[in-house]
Amino acid sequence: MIAEIGQVVAEKTYELTRDSLVRYAGASGDFNAIHYRDDVAASVGLPGVLAHGMLTMGFAIQPVVDWIGDSGAILDYQVRFTRPIVVDPTNGASVTVVAKVGALTDAEIRIDLTVTYEGSTVLGKAQARVSLASV
Amino acid sequence: MNPDLQGRAFAPTAPYLVGREKIREFARAVFSTSPINHDPEAARAAGYADIVAPPTFPVVVQESTLHQLLSEPDAGIDFSRVVHGDQRFSYTRPIVAGDELTATLAVTSIKSLGGHSMVTAESTIVDQAGEHVVTAISTLVVRGDE
Repeated sequence: MIAEIGQVVAEKTYELTRDSLVRYAGASGDFNAIHYRDDVAASVGLPGVLAHGMLTMGFAIQPVVDWIGDSGAILDYQVRFTRPIVVDPTNGASVTVVAKVGALTDAEIRIDLTVTYEGSTVLGKAQARVSLASV
Repeated sequence: MNPDLQGRAFAPTAPYLVGREKIREFARAVFSTSPINHDPEAARAAGYADIVAPPTFPVVVQESTLHQLLSEPDAGIDFSRVVHGDQRFSYTRPIVAGDELTATLAVTSIKSLGGHSMVTAESTIVDQAGEHVVTAISTLVVRGDE
């Protein structure tokens, strides 16, 4: 694995639909209705049905997993949820992940994720520390 | 929110048996294309006993501890005002199908900030041998009255 600080190691765009949210609700057990019912989302003042923050966290790491090949090398993964993703019933939401090398030592690498939707970042301090021992 | 929650001892959750199809279902839901999340042969070739769960799968096991926290009778947390602020996972090893996992909750911080409260809940997840697998840390923001 050759990498230098600032290098983009992976980039991918995910097309979220309402189906994606229902699928994640079932898989994760998070059945909060703001993630699939427009009327409930509106009743609590939201601009629309939102993607689960944990769904965004879940796919945002996948380009990194594909790059390293073995998710077992990930030592630590953290995000801050800074902005919700509104998923339109017809057009969905297009979310782009860019993974960049943020720091590098002999033992590990820190990958910084930039996750954007409609031109704005939705996660803050999204970082994964990856061990270089096994890759 | 009740500041006494910090430092309170919570009982470990009932064991959660990680199924292969549950991992596959979760992996599909987070758009995983990693062969070790789907294919036992690929997982074994990578040195694992069975398929490996995606990095955020521990949230499935952590969920019951957050339920414990929110349903604590004297917690004073209005669930409809709770927003997920931060999430972190610190891994000793990835979760693998066949693991029987138990989570133990600790409230490590409670802060008030401009009418809002922030609670940090740390769930330590161990396997059937009592060995550490992953710690899941959530910061929940409880919005104050408008």
